[in-house]
Amino acid sequence: MQSYLYFPGCSLRTVARDFDDSAQACARALGVELKEMQGWLCCGAVFSNVADNIMTNAGPNRILARARSEGDTLVTLCAGCHNVLKRANLQAGRNAIKQEQINEFNEEKYEGGLSVLHFLEILRDRVGFGTVRDTVKAPLQGLPVGAYYGCLLLRPFDEMKLDDPHRPSIFEDLLVSIGCTPVDYPSRTECCGSYLGVGSPDAMALLSRNVVQSARSNGARMLAVSCPLCKYNLETSQKQDLGVSSDSQPLPVVYFTQLLGLALGAEPESLRLDPLQVQAIHGGMHTTLENVSQT
Amino acid sequence: MKRVGVFVCHCGLNIAGTVRVSEVVDQASKTPDVVIAADHRYLCSEPGQTLIKDSIKQHRLDAIVVAACSPAMHEVTFRNTARAAGLNRHQCEMANIREQCSWVHDDIEKATEKAHVILRQIIEKVKLNEPLDPIIVPVTRRALVIGGGVAGIRSALDIAGSGYQVYLVEKTGSIGGRMAQLSETFPTLDCSICILGPLMVEAFRNPNIKIPRLSEVEDVKGYVGNFKVRVRQEPVYVDETKCNMCAECAKVCPAEVPNEFDSELTWRKAVYIPFAQAVPPVYVLDAKSCLGLLPQACGECKKACDELGMSCINLDAHPEIHELEVGAIISATGYELFDATRLTEYGYGIFPDVMTSLEFERMLSASGPTSGTIRRPSDGRIPKEVVFIQCAGQREPETALAYCSKICCMYTARHAMLFHHKVPDGQAYIFYMDIRAGGKGYEEFVKRCQEEGGLLYLRGRVAKVYEEKGKLVVKGIDTLSGKIVEIHADLVVLALGMIPSRGSRELANILKASVDENGFFAEAHPKLRPLESATAGIFVAGAGQAPKDIPETVAQASGAASKALNLLSSPTLEREPTVARIVNELCSGCGICIPACPFEALSLNRERRVAEVAEAVCEGCGTCIASCPSGALSLRNLTDTQIIAMITAGRH
Repeated sequence: MQSYLYFPGCSLRTVARDFDDSAQACARALGVELKEMQGWLCCGAVFSNVADNIMTNAGPNRILARARSEGDTLVTLCAGCHNVLKRANLQAGRNAIKQEQINEFNEEKYEGGLSVLHFLEILRDRVGFGTVRDTVKAPLQGLPVGAYYGCLLLRPFDEMKLDDPHRPSIFEDLLVSIGCTPVDYPSRTECCGSYLGVGSPDAMALLSRNVVQSARSNGARMLAVSCPLCKYNLETSQKQDLGVSSDSQPLPVVYFTQLLGLALGAEPESLRLDPLQVQAIHGGMHTTLENVSQT
Repeated sequence: MKRVGVFVCHCGLNIAGTVRVSEVVDQASKTPDVVIAADHRYLCSEPGQTLIKDSIKQHRLDAIVVAACSPAMHEVTFRNTARAAGLNRHQCEMANIREQCSWVHDDIEKATEKAHVILRQIIEKVKLNEPLDPIIVPVTRRALVIGGGVAGIRSALDIAGSGYQVYLVEKTGSIGGRMAQLSETFPTLDCSICILGPLMVEAFRNPNIKIPRLSEVEDVKGYVGNFKVRVRQEPVYVDETKCNMCAECAKVCPAEVPNEFDSELTWRKAVYIPFAQAVPPVYVLDAKSCLGLLPQACGECKKACDELGMSCINLDAHPEIHELEVGAIISATGYELFDATRLTEYGYGIFPDVMTSLEFERMLSASGPTSGTIRRPSDGRIPKEVVFIQCAGQREPETALAYCSKICCMYTARHAMLFHHKVPDGQAYIFYMDIRAGGKGYEEFVKRCQEEGGLLYLRGRVAKVYEEKGKLVVKGIDTLSGKIVEIHADLVVLALGMIPSRGSRELANILKASVDENGFFAEAHPKLRPLESATAGIFVAGAGQAPKDIPETVAQASGAASKALNLLSSPTLEREPTVARIVNELCSGCGICIPACPFEALSLNRERRVAEVAEAVCEGCGTCIASCPSGALSLRNLTDTQIIAMITAGRH
């Protein structure tokens, strides 16, 4: 049984429990242990990545130091946490002077040696999508899903190194292995608006709406995401449109682990899928391209 | 005891800025055997050289040391000066206190001390130098030109025109190169093949030029003036002397493959004519796409040819090896385009209507796949909105090419204007970073294109290209208005960067010439020796050396040819006499040195049981000397005694 240290992060223990629980269910079904690391704290969110980032990197480095004392591979789920921890980890190896300053401030020293991986990378590189396909009990046959990468999973390209920067396929490859029909749409790597939702909700809505429309017009019945903030923005912008826009039904947004869990045979309740989402998933299965073009 | 003179150069402030010259002179004058030490602001100037000459005569000097720049820069200059004053050339040595001292240090104290040490060592060396005369070798008065593009053709014609024989080795089935593929040329809009075609024919008809096609250089031995070159020619299945281009063979050939000349937009047969104006004007059988030659699987082409009574085709032909002897070699290997599939943001290879500039070029050409009509590859419709993306894969050091290919601004303006000529109600958009139109008539040409073609130039880069409802959406930024723009285009053309032709790195290895960080052939000096490689007798021309346009390519080709002619115009050549020497009494004839020599200059005399040095071949690298177990080998004017004297002098 593969076992990895797991960093859940704040969102997954509050607003995104569905992401956390469904990921754990998937891991169990695939024979992978996600062992929660001791003493984790907030990753500092994207503020850790600003240019003058010695203070803001104190948090991520405490996390890395604590994880290193327990193991050598740290797995994350939230795209934001992943971005922060992966890049703080890279900086520790690349910028010795900065790292020394951070270590001087922190009571715990981090000197590298950890590899920070996203759960998608574990599925692709350690478990293998072939094994995933062989383990699937209830394939989501033909479900047209738009995989949504957003920015944080891929950018900056040379640091994240998750996939091809402009034409990634890791998300789609996973969806194919559980029977879905991934939909190629141009906005899958565009930004959802991120924290603009706080100060300029209209700007956020503009960006998120673009993503939703792009996915819908290319035939998606559902969006799969890996980030609680993306999910929030994509859903909020659609709620604002209810009754205003001519789009009759909102496009459901789920975590990829919820789809994966369902295909692996987990109960919808254990994945925290609500009945409407389950209905949308079942309703979308066996959709053919002809059906798509008619809708 | 030799009477030694020392001359220290200030080189303006290049040396004097970091090294206290007067102190160096003072110290040198106190060195034993030094009878005169002097300094000058610029020793390489006429007054500087006169100072040296006068001192040699006045002080009856036997040897001189010039403490100045690198010997690579001015050794020849000062040895000529010494000779003019009656000294043997090898009684002059240079102490490099510029490149190896003043330029790389900033501590005046330490740099001055280091200059002393360098100078002391060279004084000890020159004291032990023996006078040497140059080795005279004969010159093979023929040239080899590698690559039959416009550069190679121009070089070959120039050399042949002076009465010397030239081998013009071409990898493909026809000479012509990239220029043959182009439709029109900027800034004059000449039809490219119309101006190149006559040159190709001229080269073909010139009795001094031999054109081995389907050939590549496999090995080069020897040295300047006397190269031995092995050329491998792929089997020539179609007899050049008989083929009358009746095309009957191609008609019956069942194998179809993408046509490289048309940037793979059309198909050709396995037996084919590379293009209508091909030189030599002969069909080519491409063994890779043929259904089978060994064992013979089809043979329809031969049957058709035989039935006409021509019998041009010999399916049993074998590769041929040509051993050529030449005195000079010009490498003119040209370029190809950066791989567009690596630029995933533009979707080349995914969306059929995203093209490379060379594909668009073929489409513009009257002899191209659409006879000059612009059509979308996906559905054959005539596009109305075309987006040209300049600098595609260029000036992006992190992900693609760091450099600018120099010609793309020009040909993109031409492409866009010619598109406007062919589709007057169409609109061309050009994304650019800045317009680099440096060249005679170039700026005026771009202006003309902009006005005549109604072109819309958008300054900014394209973020992505995607398909929507049968159109290509080009999303980019216009940095002048600060707005993100989306253009719904019918066709997208990528102005891709130029990279060295495949195989040029391997060829450079064979020629012992070096390549730069981008794989282009390196010139010996970026300003003063742009036509030569660092290896004597090997010259470079065309886009294989750096991206360049046709006028510049042709100018460089003529320049390289004149350099080669310089070499061929004399029946003999002087070579440096600082080569390996064998003391027969010490040589045991063990033969260890023979495989150690990278130039095959050593051989074993079995009768006398000693090794022998072919002085004309020896490069003076010293490898054999290190390998000799009995100390029988030494390098002239760099003997062990000299080296030890230099080390000793360096220690004090």
